[in-house]
Amino acid sequence: MTPMLRAIVLRLGSAALTLLIVSSLIFAALEMLPGGFAQATLGQAATPEAVAAFNKELGLDRPALVRYLEWLGAAAQGDLGVSYAGGSGSARRDIATLISDRLYNTFFLAAYAALLAIPLALALGISAALWRNSWYDRVVNTSTLAAIALPEFFVAYVLIYCLAIKLNLAGALSNVDASTGFFEHLKKATLPALTLTLVILAHIMRMTRASIISLLDSPYVEMARLKGTRPAKIILRHVLPNAWAPIISIIVFDLAYLISGAVVVEVVFVYPGIGQLMVDAVSSRDMPVVQACALIFAVTYVGLNLLADIMTTMTNPQLRYKA
Amino acid sequence: MTRQERAQADPLQRRRIPISGVAGLMVIAAYLVVALFAPLIAPHGEAEIIGQALLPMGEGSLLGTDQLGRDVLSRLIYGARNTIGIAALTTALSFLVGGSLGLLAAVAPTWLELALSRIFDALMAIPYLILALVLLAVFGRNVTALVVILGLIDSTRVYRLARATAFPIVVSNYVTAARIRGESRSWIMFREILPNIIPPLVAEFGLRFSFVFLSISALSFLGVGIQPPTADWGSMVAENKTLIIYGSPAPLLPAAAIALLTVSINFVLDWLVNKAGGKQ
Amino acid sequence: MAASDILLGMSGLRIDGFSRGKRTEIVKGIDLELARGEILGVIGETGAGKSSLGLAAMGYVRAGCRFTGGSIDFDGLDLIGMTEEEKRRLRGHRIAYVAQSALSAFNPAHRLLDQTIETCVDRGLQTPEEARANAVELYRKLNLPDPENYGRRFPHQVSGGQLQRAMTAMAMMSRPDLIIFDEPTTALDVTTQVEVLRTIRDLVRQHGTAALYITHDLAVVSQLADRIAVLQHGRVVEIAPTRQMIANPTHDYTRSLWAVRNLDKPERRDGEPILRFNGVEASYGSSRALSEISFDVPASSFVGVVGESGSGKTTVARIVAGLLPISAGSVSFAGKPLAGLSVHRDRETLRRIQLVQQSADTSINPRHTIGQSIGRPLELYFGLKGRERDSRVVQLLEQMELGPEFLTRLPSELSGGQKQRVNIARALAAQPDLIVCDEVTSGLDQLVQEAILKLLIRVQEEQGVSYLFITHDMNVVQGISDKLLVMHQGRIVEQGFRSEVFSPPHHPYTERLLASVPQVDPDWLNRLVAADATP
Repeated sequence: MTPMLRAIVLRLGSAALTLLIVSSLIFAALEMLPGGFAQATLGQAATPEAVAAFNKELGLDRPALVRYLEWLGAAAQGDLGVSYAGGSGSARRDIATLISDRLYNTFFLAAYAALLAIPLALALGISAALWRNSWYDRVVNTSTLAAIALPEFFVAYVLIYCLAIKLNLAGALSNVDASTGFFEHLKKATLPALTLTLVILAHIMRMTRASIISLLDSPYVEMARLKGTRPAKIILRHVLPNAWAPIISIIVFDLAYLISGAVVVEVVFVYPGIGQLMVDAVSSRDMPVVQACALIFAVTYVGLNLLADIMTTMTNPQLRYKA
Repeated sequence: MTRQERAQADPLQRRRIPISGVAGLMVIAAYLVVALFAPLIAPHGEAEIIGQALLPMGEGSLLGTDQLGRDVLSRLIYGARNTIGIAALTTALSFLVGGSLGLLAAVAPTWLELALSRIFDALMAIPYLILALVLLAVFGRNVTALVVILGLIDSTRVYRLARATAFPIVVSNYVTAARIRGESRSWIMFREILPNIIPPLVAEFGLRFSFVFLSISALSFLGVGIQPPTADWGSMVAENKTLIIYGSPAPLLPAAAIALLTVSINFVLDWLVNKAGGKQ
Repeated sequence: MAASDILLGMSGLRIDGFSRGKRTEIVKGIDLELARGEILGVIGETGAGKSSLGLAAMGYVRAGCRFTGGSIDFDGLDLIGMTEEEKRRLRGHRIAYVAQSALSAFNPAHRLLDQTIETCVDRGLQTPEEARANAVELYRKLNLPDPENYGRRFPHQVSGGQLQRAMTAMAMMSRPDLIIFDEPTTALDVTTQVEVLRTIRDLVRQHGTAALYITHDLAVVSQLADRIAVLQHGRVVEIAPTRQMIANPTHDYTRSLWAVRNLDKPERRDGEPILRFNGVEASYGSSRALSEISFDVPASSFVGVVGESGSGKTTVARIVAGLLPISAGSVSFAGKPLAGLSVHRDRETLRRIQLVQQSADTSINPRHTIGQSIGRPLELYFGLKGRERDSRVVQLLEQMELGPEFLTRLPSELSGGQKQRVNIARALAAQPDLIVCDEVTSGLDQLVQEAILKLLIRVQEEQGVSYLFITHDMNVVQGISDKLLVMHQGRIVEQGFRSEVFSPPHHPYTERLLASVPQVDPDWLNRLVAADATP
């Protein structure tokens, strides 16, 4: 096996193990409910008989391990269980159907923001490193330093206040549904996407600049200078290829952040994504929905990190070519 | 060395505190004063209704009243106390748990270190806010749960830093020397390693605080963090959010209060990091 | 020398640097001339300013440094006054550079050939095809294996000695007027160093390129330099043609540069064995590190262990110190079996065997005062406390020729040599019977090495302690060891009393090792090459 293949197989195994642990943690959350799931769903006033009947109906009287494996198996096949919002009496909704549209919306928003933010952040980061200590660098640096610390809802409300209310350029709310067309969706998702862009742009840009600058002291960069290489070429040819690994990790970290950071933004813009669903489920303590959402977030997060690891491995010549 | 000599000695280092750093320090100081002396500064009580609901700015009070007729200025002032206090408590818990477990993992036998790191890695694989939401759904929405839950989640980051900082020290020559001298594990942990990991951990405190502070505000904004009638900035934004549609900047005030503090902390940290970097 | 013959001229050159929070002058007024085609050796110890001088010859100063006075003239051009862009065009074309550590000076992301031809192609000096052919030709001249395909490799796929030659090829690509060599062989093993030295010398001579050859090793530089300049504290203290300088150094400092070679201690042949290895084997994971190691360390003796990197010499030290268990054979100490790992040893055994580690910088806890560091063994093994402990620490410091003021200092306030003294003092505090010294003098300047070795010998005379002294540097042990072990690839290839090992017949590896140690003699490399040619 080549070193690269081995590294990739190792990472796959590690990601699978992480997912197993994460899913058991999420499953365990239900077990930790004070008073149990039945009481939480039926309310404090439920009689012991009602609780027992509820548990028997859902199979909650069986061992936790059996239920965990069933839950995991079902989730792997796309069956995420049913929602109990509104107690046992009201109609139970299938979570997978509840989630699918919203999942699309959330990924739509995240992809939109990523497409705006990543190219811009890389361009800003590389140019700031190139012209470091110039006025341009200082302005970009200070403003991103500030932007990085802003809460999402602050950015969101400032954008709403300025762009939607005062300038009337866009709608303040992003109410889309399954019937919304693609371009209409794009238009309505612009303000939330801009908000997320501003939030991750600063982070990616700063890390890109920092990874480049940290390599400027390395002996091979000094060597390049002593070979009379042009400053721009030093950055692009000698520094950037070695800076990719940290930059990729940062981009993926921020993509993962986009998915979960979307929670707040979705709530602000009343955008029907999975984050908003999860917040509602937390408020009503609708545990199956909370678990399903958390599992989806975790799978996405682990998957993205795996992708970053594999990409980093592939850009490393020491793993690509054996010594 | 006089100041001027020092300036001449080092033209490459930023000699003065940058303006952003000075401003940041002043803002942080002001926030601390407001948080500590909230009852003395606030014109009205935290939950006191002083008049009609939704009075505009300048009428009856400097910043008007909220949807229940409470004084917005007073609630902002009490909010400083609540939000900053809870965030500080949470960060302290995070460092206590994460720092000691990270140190333990660095000197523990391999199996224990592996087990601890696996669990912490898995916890870190669930996004911060999402894990907080799950746990808040389980344990309910109260301040104690919030502090414990966020403190524990944040401790995963501190754990990782403490372990990463302690690791090179554990295999360093001076710890090797201590081991073959026959020192006990506690001596190695507390006398050899701890003094060397405290400085980087202290430097991290500001950053973690700012992160915890933002997370608490976000959770309160989502309605699952600090609960009414306790005044806190995140929930104040949420309470007034509908007003923005009518062109009122009301929800921007508490949001700006949060932003100003975290931006100031970042400016000060940036200056401190640059200063430390310049020394080496 | 006629003015037109002079390629590089420095006069009154001053360079400032910034370290530990204050400005210090690194180069304090240097006058130097280099003729076309001449090789000038620049020798000096740590902090003498030799690297700064070499970079200045390219009009370059490192971040934090600056030119503060004087002038540099390169073939009629003002290297300080010209613009950055003008300097950039000189570098890699008329002036080239060969760095100390080729492994870190080559970019890990690109193939060697691409890096070799980069500058020439960028500047349009050669077409890519010409440049490639040129590089292959240079690889061939530098004896690199399979020159046609050599350049396809990445830096991590090649050994250090080869990389250093590849870097020389890169420097030679544009046929520069001047090459700066900054310690090109320092990081190499002695047997590798010979080949690199030889090929560099031949290539530079063949092309008539002028060179500044910077090193701390007088023996190395005397093999190729026409003249040698000795640098101390940023000044040239002596400059003379090579043979004249070696035959007749005028400055005391120059003489001290080969100080270690002049140590001499009578050989001891008595003493009961205090440490005994019998058929010891050890491995790291699945890779075997030691095979069939058997030797004795007699009481009150100085046993040298010599070998190149990967020879297993440090593994021996780790076993004795209790850091690595053995997989076969036995080790006994003072007549009793020695437990493998330090945790299984009793406190008395731990006290009797002390280890002084390679890098003094990292061996003392940076947050403990020197008093705490040296005092700790006194506390742990003898229960000394407070004033009693401090007065003993002061005695130990005195023994190491350090004053009582060091008691309250932190390691960061000490020089490398002082730290190593503190390390030795900490080992002595335990009143051990055996001290394992792992490369304790490597990385230190000659004078400091000499002082530390003298100290060790004196302590031995006073207290009768034994040393197991591990080193890669034959010069260090040739005058002072009683017994010597020569290690190669995890085995002892030769052992015996010093006089036996240093007199023929030698084991073939010992022979090669001894022959590869550069001698302070301008004809040493010539003789070695001639001897190689006649089998």
